[in-house]
Amino acid sequence: MFDNLSDKLDNALHLLKGHGQITEVNVAETLKEVRRALVDADVNYKIAKTFTDTVKEKALGQNVLKTLKPGDLMVKIVKDELTELMGGDAEGLDLSGHPSIILMSGLQGSGKTTFSGKLANFLKKKKAKNPLLVAGDVYRPAAIDQLHVVGEQIDVEVFSDKEEKNPVKISERAIAHAKSNGFDVVIIDTAGRLAIDEVLMKEISSIHHTVKPNETLFVVDAMTGQDAVNTAKAFNDVLDYDGVVLTKLDGDTRGGAAISIKSVVDKPLKFIGTGEKMEALDVFHPSRMADRILGMGDVVSLVERA
Amino acid sequence: EKTKSSFLNKLSKAVAGKSKVDAAVLDDLEEVLISSDVGVATTIKIIDRIEDRVAKDKYLGTEELNKILREEIASLLAENEHKLDDDDEKKPYVIMVVGVNGVGKTTTIGKLATLFKNQGLSVVLGAADTFRAAAVEQLDIWSKRVEVPIVKQKMGSDPASVAYDTVQSAVKKNVDVVLIDTAGRLHNKVNLMNELTKIKRVMQKVVKHAPNEVLLVLDGSTGQNAFEQAKQFTAATEVTSLAVTKLDGTAKGGVVIGISDQFKVPVKYIGIGEKATDLQLFDKQVFVDSFFSQ
Ligand SMILES: Nc1nc2c(ncn2[C@@H]2O[C@H](COP(=O)(O)OP(=O)(O)OP(=O)(O)O)[C@@H](O)[C@H]2O)c(=O)[nH]1
Ligand SMILES: Nc1nc2c(ncn2[C@@H]2O[C@H](COP(=O)(O)OP(=O)(O)OP(=O)(O)O)[C@@H](O)[C@H]2O)c(=O)[nH]1
Ligand SMILES: [Mg+2]
Ligand SMILES: [Mg+2]
Repeated sequence: MFDNLSDKLDNALHLLKGHGQITEVNVAETLKEVRRALVDADVNYKIAKTFTDTVKEKALGQNVLKTLKPGDLMVKIVKDELTELMGGDAEGLDLSGHPSIILMSGLQGSGKTTFSGKLANFLKKKKAKNPLLVAGDVYRPAAIDQLHVVGEQIDVEVFSDKEEKNPVKISERAIAHAKSNGFDVVIIDTAGRLAIDEVLMKEISSIHHTVKPNETLFVVDAMTGQDAVNTAKAFNDVLDYDGVVLTKLDGDTRGGAAISIKSVVDKPLKFIGTGEKMEALDVFHPSRMADRILGMGDVVSLVERA
Repeated sequence: EKTKSSFLNKLSKAVAGKSKVDAAVLDDLEEVLISSDVGVATTIKIIDRIEDRVAKDKYLGTEELNKILREEIASLLAENEHKLDDDDEKKPYVIMVVGVNGVGKTTTIGKLATLFKNQGLSVVLGAADTFRAAAVEQLDIWSKRVEVPIVKQKMGSDPASVAYDTVQSAVKKNVDVVLIDTAGRLHNKVNLMNELTKIKRVMQKVVKHAPNEVLLVLDGSTGQNAFEQAKQFTAATEVTSLAVTKLDGTAKGGVVIGISDQFKVPVKYIGIGEKATDLQLFDKQVFVDSFFSQ
């Protein structure tokens, strides 16, 4: 077993080398390896297929430069296509509101509460903002306490109401509180929910309609597998969110879900989470992510070796 | 049900009277398996086995094929004994719950406590996640909700010391089952993995046999990274069983087939919701069936 795409490609490309020209016949095996590697990196099965079709078109359509071997050209095409698919460089947040409202959404345990804290910390320290965190998860045991602990860690106020069971009302009151107390960003944490949970999807939709966020973010665990497309799409159908946050990238997951999500909803990937601490937030870089999905940067060195 | 029967129909039509399954059908099967996170290697293994069987027992009908498919997939899943070791010498029965961040460890503990309590066993919870914000409060709420005692210290204290206290209290009070919650940790963080080994070792100072079980919790929507999780947690703590959570969603949790096959660790429980009763004993057939239903 190979353990990353570069090795796989390297091997499959032996077939190509020596041919001097990329043809329908000699490219097939390479593309199969690319597809398998993408699927192993958790890229959605169908998307990996479409992707390799695109790569094939590009490969067949191009004349092989004399200086490049067909194999190296293939690697470059794969990497460029992947980077392009994931979008341009990091897009910022819309902070034009008075106050700006940011709504978190996502499955259970994806990292919404932690990211809410990280984002508040980021906006406070790097953008000189005065954020207010809002405890909009009324279900999970100790969710409100958790946000309060996070708020204390970063010295940001947390708005909560343990008696109120309706997150729409909590959000409205929090915004009023922000307006009269000089907060310029309101970050609303919400309960984790499954995309097929109609009651809870209706709830977040109603928060969304009421507060009209400047930014609605979909927070997703980078270790997610094939189901990422379903969830990303279902949340987008309800919320038409503005950006995606990929968490837990401090692990060793390839993070192929990033490609799946981008392909299916075409929304920018904005931030990544790289740890449990409040500082562990980074802006998203498509090219770095492409390297990671392809095997942690080895492909680049493969191209450079050419 | 519709997808399931049409897929199986297609499959059987394509092999009826043939000694070889045609490529289009295998492609379909591949898609079903891969889309359930079964992974490339395990999928190839399953398809090879189906091909072998079809070549051997020619002229298969729908029913046989249906059966073979299930059998082959189920055979990769390790056998599972659905009971606690009832050896009285080994009391209390200590279950240490481990896993990466946010998979559902604490919730699963709340559910397990409910399950054991309903079986008439006494239970104590140990709040050995002293790191994540409000982790102790979360377990405390579960302890009240399901009415079982909890042993806890303040945030930031040594998790091994909490585990030690919990087991000691269980011995003193003659409690049947001890459930130890641990902080979520990514398996590539060496220090945190060593901490688990230490928790285990410290509990053994109180009772030699502890922990009777190390339960690795996997999020059912996790992709191929779950393999690495199983590998690293097994290396650090000798995982003895798995729980797959969040199967009430659209994810199929197929990655556990390969994991179970490779590490011979049985899936013992599945989580199907956030309530105390949303835990089921794992049933191979039901699990396998879910791949072919949409
Ligand atoms: N290693 C790592 N852990 C993270 C990251 N982001 C969040 N976590 C952890 O993941 C777990 C779940 O995070 P939460 O912020 O509670 O997730 P949530 O989406 O709010 O969960 P629910 O409210 O239950 O739906 C916690 O243990 C966090 O510390 C990250 O980027 N890296
Ligand atoms: N839908 C669903 N949600 C679940 C299930 N199990 C757990 N959850 C939810 O997943 C989220 C995380 O669960 P926790 O029990 O806090 O996870 P954990 O592994 O203890 O998390 P950390 O301690 O932060 O690593 C919570 O919102 C739970 O309610 C399940 O089977 N189905
Ligand atoms: Mg939360
Ligand atoms: Mg926990």
